[in-house]
Amino acid sequence: MAKKFSAREIEKLAIDIRQELIKILLEVKSGHCAGPLGAVEIYLSLYFGGLLNYDAKKPDWPERDRVVVSNGHYAPLLYIILSKAGYFPEEELKNLRKLGSSLQGHPHRLSLPGIETSSGPVGEGLSQAAGMALGAKIDKKKWQVYCLMGDGEQDCGNTWEAVMLAGKHQLDNLTAIIDRNNIQIDGFTENVMPLEPLKEKYEAFGWKTMEVDGHNPEEIIKALKTSRSVFVKPVAIIAHTVPGKGIDFMEWEYKWHGRVPDSKEAEEALRKLRSLKGKIESELD
Amino acid sequence: MLNPDFNFSPKIFTSEIELKASRDGFGEGLVLAGEKNKNIVVLCADVTESIRMHHFKNRFPERFIELGIAEQNMAGVAAGLAATGKIPVFGSYAVFSPGRNWEQIRTSICYNKQKAIIIGSHTGLNVGPDGASHQALEDIALMRALPNMNVTAPADALEARKAILAAIDYPGSVYLRLAREKSPVFTSEESSFAIEKSSVLWLPKEDEKIKYSGIAIFVSGFLVYKALEAAKELEKEGISIAVINNSAIKPLDKDLILEWAKKSKVIITLEEHQIAGGMGSTIAEFLSENYPILIHFMGINDTFGESGEAEELIEKYGLGKEAIKEKVKQILISKS
Repeated sequence: MAKKFSAREIEKLAIDIRQELIKILLEVKSGHCAGPLGAVEIYLSLYFGGLLNYDAKKPDWPERDRVVVSNGHYAPLLYIILSKAGYFPEEELKNLRKLGSSLQGHPHRLSLPGIETSSGPVGEGLSQAAGMALGAKIDKKKWQVYCLMGDGEQDCGNTWEAVMLAGKHQLDNLTAIIDRNNIQIDGFTENVMPLEPLKEKYEAFGWKTMEVDGHNPEEIIKALKTSRSVFVKPVAIIAHTVPGKGIDFMEWEYKWHGRVPDSKEAEEALRKLRSLKGKIESELD
Repeated sequence: MLNPDFNFSPKIFTSEIELKASRDGFGEGLVLAGEKNKNIVVLCADVTESIRMHHFKNRFPERFIELGIAEQNMAGVAAGLAATGKIPVFGSYAVFSPGRNWEQIRTSICYNKQKAIIIGSHTGLNVGPDGASHQALEDIALMRALPNMNVTAPADALEARKAILAAIDYPGSVYLRLAREKSPVFTSEESSFAIEKSSVLWLPKEDEKIKYSGIAIFVSGFLVYKALEAAKELEKEGISIAVINNSAIKPLDKDLILEWAKKSKVIITLEEHQIAGGMGSTIAEFLSENYPILIHFMGINDTFGESGEAEELIEKYGLGKEAIKEKVKQILISKS
């Protein structure tokens, strides 16, 4: 069954995950950095906050909740989380993006257990999540669908087609979690293509919205819990995060969206994370 | 001569032959499929009656989803439904689906290996007066290039009815290419249809007076009956050809194609589609490696269509009965 950690444990675990992220990205030398670093608490809270129904030993268990990762470039984070959840051995992580590996550059459903849908081209995960939620409604199933999205993909027309449909069908078994980190490849979201007022937009399409601090596991878990008891409306949790979180020279720098650290930068990043961990541990103890 | 082993409509080549569009046959078949299989869910993007999904919608409203004019979402929702064990059948005019949502079909359906049936209606010039914007001439190329996708183009309404039922049972996703305009229903309830099988409709007559010209026409969809009419008239003029209904575009019916390539000297491919990447290209790709033979491509040659009545357009763009006869005669002259 699913592992469960307290909000405090998740806070601490988040540093380990960030260190792991830097290590595997250094190994592979390509991929995305800032987004996954910022979304660690979101993923940890979803998978280990005690609300997600899954069994890593039975990935096809029909009654499991579905997690759709719409922004496939978060693959390194997803893989670390799935291995921690027990879907596959952690040793596999070193094979990310390598020839013959089941850890494809962007998630591939058929390559790895625990992946509900292949992604990479952003803006189409919410459609698939809505399709799953509709399927569950037709069959009167109780499982919940979670769609993890980025904010860049809020540019996509396809996203809003799905937002409209979920509102129309009152998909209260669907929860979208938007990592609102304000960056995308070409710059800050509000310069590239303004998204605000994002919350009001979702509400106008018939959704219930919640805003949380995306680095506060307690807030995230509480919102996830609330989302399960909302009726007649799909729920969007807008999680405000800091891109590149925990590594000062990466935070808020959109150039880190689509690049990874070299060995010197990685060393520096790991040093920052170690001192952060020491700080958190001393605060918690 | 008509292949005696194929069950044609007894009304073939008579004025009593029924005229019906393949989209109509599909619409009837979809209801039959819905009765047989409770997992079928139908999705449409604001052209429900136009592509004949309204019969299913009226019969099974709880299994019909209206997406509005949102074809990209339609493909993704279909993939999500497939992930929960449903068999989604979704469609629109082919210029919109798979035209507008090709990448969603690629990633969400094909790369994910989810099974979906994609209905591309209003293909070819026979769309008529709506003009070039609504005449899909590129859809075969789009869909046959995708791994985990199969392509079939039924030749009449009855084949279309059988095709949707066959697609539901087929192990994999299927793109079903349909036509708007009515055409003669020359097959019968008894004639066989399978996603992976094409059929020989017209056999070269051979006796002391007439010998096989060595020209075999591979044709699919709306134009099949025109090729049959051309073959009949050519035979009267002493020219004996073969006509194969190449409904199985992907996978190809390789044995049949090889058999007729070996029996023939020249192949003509005929389709209401761009020559680039179409049905003819699939045959050319296969034969160039396995049995090189001269192929003439009859199709749309790197241009768009225009408004006009279906028959006028077919004639203007050189895909009708007279154009087929002319092409056969030209080949014979050039060979002699």
